[in-house]
Amino acid sequence: MSQEANGQKVDTSKRKFLIAATSAVGGVAAAGVAVPLVMSMLPSARAKAAGAPVEVDISKVEPGMLLTVEWRGKPVWVVNRTKEMLDGLSKIDSQLTDPNSEQPQQPEYCKNATRSIKPEYLVAVGICTHLGCSPSEKLKLGVDSGLGADWPGGFFCPCHGSRFDLAARVFKNVPAPTNLVIPPHQYLSDTRLLIGVDTKGA
Amino acid sequence: MSALQKMMGWVDDRFPLTATYKAHLSEYYAPKNFNFWYFFGSLALLVLVLQIVTGIFLTMNYKPDAELAFASVEYIMRDVDWGWLIRYMHSTGASMFFVVVYLHMFRGLMYGSYRKPRELIWIFGVLIYLALMAEAFLGYLLPWGQMSFWGAQVIVNLFAAVPFIGEDLSIWIRGDYVISDATLNRFFAFHVIALPLVLLGLVVVHLVALHEVGSNNPDGVEIKKNKDPVTHIPLDGIPFHPYYTVKDIVGVIVFLMVFSAILFFGPEMGGYFLEANNFIPADPLKTPQHIAPLWYFTPFYAILRAVPPMFGSQFPGVVAMGMSIVLMFFLPWLDRGKVKSIRYRGPIYKIMLALFVVSFIGLGYLGLLPSTPLLTIAAQVFSVIYFLFFLLMPWYTSIDKTKPEPERVTG
Amino acid sequence: MKRLKNFLFLLAAAPVLAFAAGATVHLDKAPINLSDQESLQRGARMFVNHCLNCHSAGYMRYSRLQDLGLTEDQIKENLLFAAEKPGETMKVGMTKADGKAWFGATPPDLSVISRSRGSDWLYTYLRSFYRDDTRTTGWNNVVFDKVGMPHVLWELQGEMVPVYKKEGEHEVLERLELAKPGSVTLAEYDAMVGDLVNYLEWMGDPAQLQRKQLGIIVLAFLAFFFVVAYYLKKEFWKDIH
Repeated sequence: MSQEANGQKVDTSKRKFLIAATSAVGGVAAAGVAVPLVMSMLPSARAKAAGAPVEVDISKVEPGMLLTVEWRGKPVWVVNRTKEMLDGLSKIDSQLTDPNSEQPQQPEYCKNATRSIKPEYLVAVGICTHLGCSPSEKLKLGVDSGLGADWPGGFFCPCHGSRFDLAARVFKNVPAPTNLVIPPHQYLSDTRLLIGVDTKGA
Repeated sequence: MSALQKMMGWVDDRFPLTATYKAHLSEYYAPKNFNFWYFFGSLALLVLVLQIVTGIFLTMNYKPDAELAFASVEYIMRDVDWGWLIRYMHSTGASMFFVVVYLHMFRGLMYGSYRKPRELIWIFGVLIYLALMAEAFLGYLLPWGQMSFWGAQVIVNLFAAVPFIGEDLSIWIRGDYVISDATLNRFFAFHVIALPLVLLGLVVVHLVALHEVGSNNPDGVEIKKNKDPVTHIPLDGIPFHPYYTVKDIVGVIVFLMVFSAILFFGPEMGGYFLEANNFIPADPLKTPQHIAPLWYFTPFYAILRAVPPMFGSQFPGVVAMGMSIVLMFFLPWLDRGKVKSIRYRGPIYKIMLALFVVSFIGLGYLGLLPSTPLLTIAAQVFSVIYFLFFLLMPWYTSIDKTKPEPERVTG
Repeated sequence: MKRLKNFLFLLAAAPVLAFAAGATVHLDKAPINLSDQESLQRGARMFVNHCLNCHSAGYMRYSRLQDLGLTEDQIKENLLFAAEKPGETMKVGMTKADGKAWFGATPPDLSVISRSRGSDWLYTYLRSFYRDDTRTTGWNNVVFDKVGMPHVLWELQGEMVPVYKKEGEHEVLERLELAKPGSVTLAEYDAMVGDLVNYLEWMGDPAQLQRKQLGIIVLAFLAFFFVVAYYLKKEFWKDIH
């Protein structure tokens, strides 16, 4: 459609083009202002520094002991599993929801029977995958744990009763849907563990 | 009917969306002869929006606590992603708000935009200006630097000059015997919520009043006097949208270029927008060697200093400073000129307006300097001119030789 | 009324104070060049070695030095003396109370010192210490009389002594003279202080390089936007004129 104004013929298609062009450039401008505003809500340098990888000396963690380390404001457990504990892991597969760690709750290099780099050391984020409580350690086997004679050792979440084994795998018929998260980590030496990054510099 | 039209119909039955759009944009008829000076209204609105948006994001990381405030600003500048950009937008925006508002007000003076029937628009405008000054003053305390602290100290102490109740009044404002954490916290509350609400409300009534009577123009003639007999559209009026929207977009871009040039290449603006001493954390025991308010307050600060203490009281100076703003409210009734626009005014008004502008800028400059006896005299001269511009206005506007106003707008 | 009197005093004192400040020394222009990464790196090293013992830079994170072209490992190995992780800020071991007891005033945080003092002042100040045995530290400064800070870099610069000249009744400081050479020449010392001040200038607003680069892009974009919007305006306003 074309209009008459002041006796001049109006080039509607030119106007449409100019409106579209201005709107497009204006849209880019608006996005250009919005991006920094949205980005400012990401974790700041301070938060990132607080979430930086944590170095842990694990030489003092005796077999059968647990060490809790804070990483990104969350508890990370380092458990030195005894031979007995490790042997028990394969026997309870039928009681577990995801015994073979099919769900991506761990780095690729921990998708194994013990869910760890070194078989004896379990490194796991101690946050229940149900609603975010921190489970209690119930490392002791059997009656001593208070969870019955057939308790194979693991963790028990006090909030809603979720249970996890010594490889932080979740039991069947509990509220938590998935295994506990294994954080990225690497060994700097036999006794120095770095939680938060897998390869140096990453 | 398309789906979109159907949806609009549904909304319009319940909310006057199309009617509002027509009344304020597509069928709001503005004079066709707006010039350069008519950009600043929409620019003021733009800066208001910028300040509110950047302000919201600053509050996400700012801490209104005397122990933490200074550090939290540097945290925004360094640790928060793009925090420096948001902070500089807000600090540059504060000064640019006044630049735009001063030019907008000067436009009103030039073209008689405050005259009948636009008295209320002007009064709402002066109220916006007052709210804006309060907003800027309160916000300036928040970075908790030396200038923040001592500027607030001096200004709050002005209230102490009020006879009888002054001392208690200033203590009540501070919530303490000195500017302190309590003061910072309440200034924060006023700065981020109370005054922005007042400002927004005033902007709405300013615009409602404007759209009720219609815009003035550089010729100062009423376009509503000459309407098309059939359509009742003013003959010299054009729809605000699209004509002034596309024009204002150009104005906005030019403004943003100036804004960005300051923001990205010199956000301190040579110490006028961000003062060097404000990068020293507030120290209640040590006054900086030279304290001056930010540039947009200095004309009034200069008037305050120009008035000598009388009867052992600084109160007359405070009154003079207050009067210098209060007088603006009476402008619509002080002006007895037969025409509105400077284009048809006589030489006396032109000279008076020029003198007024020189005095205002002169006072603003003097307010930045430390006062010396000579400069005080200059400030007194400028102050007298400032007041005479208002007080003598009924006389000089009525004797001034005006030219006849045209029937229709020109150009 | 006391508060009012204080206020009046402030108003009355303002010109006097300003004049006291007005009689300042000529400041030398600091050789600021923020695009010279090597200078900034040398400045950072000087800062960490000499300043950070008493002064903090509490808003500055070591990791930010990566903006100067240093790697995280370089920062860890060469610059991280007072902290454990590069993510930490440049804090100082000395407490505020200790600082006050030792120097008469707490050494100020230096994060934004270049913004409050200006780089020219810093450049001049750091080169204007002279021997003054009346001071407890043994040092005084031309641009900061009776300064609490000793001449930390004296081993580099050497010892300067004041030369006075008579001006009417008073003896006026004319210039400083090198009495005992330091480990570097005065020209080398000036260059080192130049690097340090360059670094301080950068640290005052570490986003400034990024800011200026972005500014050029934004202005170029707006110029393009202007052209488009201008043609749009022109097209519509054909109707009016």
